[in-house]
Amino acid sequence: MSVLELRSISKVYGRGAAEVQALRDVSLTVAAGEMVAVMGPSGSGKSSLLTIAGTLEEPTAGAVLVNGKDTLRLSGGAKSQLRRRAIGYVFQDFNLLPGLTAAENVSLPLELDGTSMRKAHLAALKALEELGLSDQARRFPDQLSGGERQRVAIARAVVGERSLLLADEPSGALDSANGEAVMRLIHRYCKRGTAAVVVTHDAQLASWADRVVFLRDGRVVDQTATPAGPETLLEQPS
Amino acid sequence: MSVRHALLALLSEGPKYGLQLREEFEANTGQVWPLNVGQVYTTLQRLERDGLVTAIGGGGPGGEPGPQKAYRITEAGAGELAKWLRVPPDLSVPPRDELVMKVLIAVRVPGTDVSEVIQAHRRYLVELMQEWTRLKEDDNGRDVAFSLVVDSELFRVDSVIRWLDAAEGRLRRALADGWNPARAAAATASAGLPTRPTMGVRR
Repeated sequence: MSVLELRSISKVYGRGAAEVQALRDVSLTVAAGEMVAVMGPSGSGKSSLLTIAGTLEEPTAGAVLVNGKDTLRLSGGAKSQLRRRAIGYVFQDFNLLPGLTAAENVSLPLELDGTSMRKAHLAALKALEELGLSDQARRFPDQLSGGERQRVAIARAVVGERSLLLADEPSGALDSANGEAVMRLIHRYCKRGTAAVVVTHDAQLASWADRVVFLRDGRVVDQTATPAGPETLLEQPS
Repeated sequence: MSVRHALLALLSEGPKYGLQLREEFEANTGQVWPLNVGQVYTTLQRLERDGLVTAIGGGGPGGEPGPQKAYRITEAGAGELAKWLRVPPDLSVPPRDELVMKVLIAVRVPGTDVSEVIQAHRRYLVELMQEWTRLKEDDNGRDVAFSLVVDSELFRVDSVIRWLDAAEGRLRRALADGWNPARAAAATASAGLPTRPTMGVRR
């Protein structure tokens, strides 16, 4: 089953003379274990696509399915729950809460979802350990380097076994070695079954993805061929 | 790429045999540029002729190279190597790039959507980068020489994609401003080609 399915999405901002059509009839399906990069110039609709995929914003037309659920038909509460449990977000500027330690930043989404503090803390430590950040768990964001902050943000996005990872220029603020490390991590999570959509204008980062989709003027104009590999062969509909 | 200087560099570590030089060359370039043993021997012969290396054993200097012969770098060879490492390669003259030509020509062919031409090239180049990135991922930084070669290819292809992005943006703006490529070219031809400053004079 696909983790994310966008069906003929359109998005219009404003009205009348100020009307801007950000997305036009965009369809995109991302399977479990698949990493998709969305490339396009500024203003091509990349960020709108991501916020709509993450149910942070509703499309003007079309349907958004996450794990087979039509998110536009969910109540506000059910949608928030889906966002907390199934979807992880990674932003260019990390968006860590400055007053919380690395571990507290990572455990927060679990606690908000009702997991006990102790369990959430243990899960956070495990997620940080996997990203090589055990020594940084008690530090605050301003005591971490840019690369470490982004890894903490990735830990926060994947903690609790979320199925969909959405990243907007996740290595935009990092140097090339740290940027590569971030993409390597996201790809590693995908190999374990997470689905990811990474929005970027950087071809080097996009080249980590299994499939690259090209967006222009709000339309999908092209995409790369999916390489034939054992994972893709397994996911082909029979 | 200079096989000649690569061999001198390997010999600067100590005397070596031809076969050994080939293996080390390939290992040091991440096995991206294969080299046949004939090329190694021909290059060694020329280096010996120019006094940059000397043969040891195997019938003495001047004879046919072969597996039994080792080579040592001379003082002149070490000097040549040091000089070569520091002389910038000539990048001042733009290469006659086929992709640049295709885009320039596409602009002039009636009924051709330049954006579509550019996108076809962009997709191909991104697919190429995906292949390099996959190799890099599989290697996981174990072979540093290989990572260096892959990074250099990724940056090179990336720069071509950036040029395509910039070219597409520039063309869209120009066409939106009413630019007509055929008329512009005719106007330039009748006014005489503008003189451009010579590049690379600071080298």
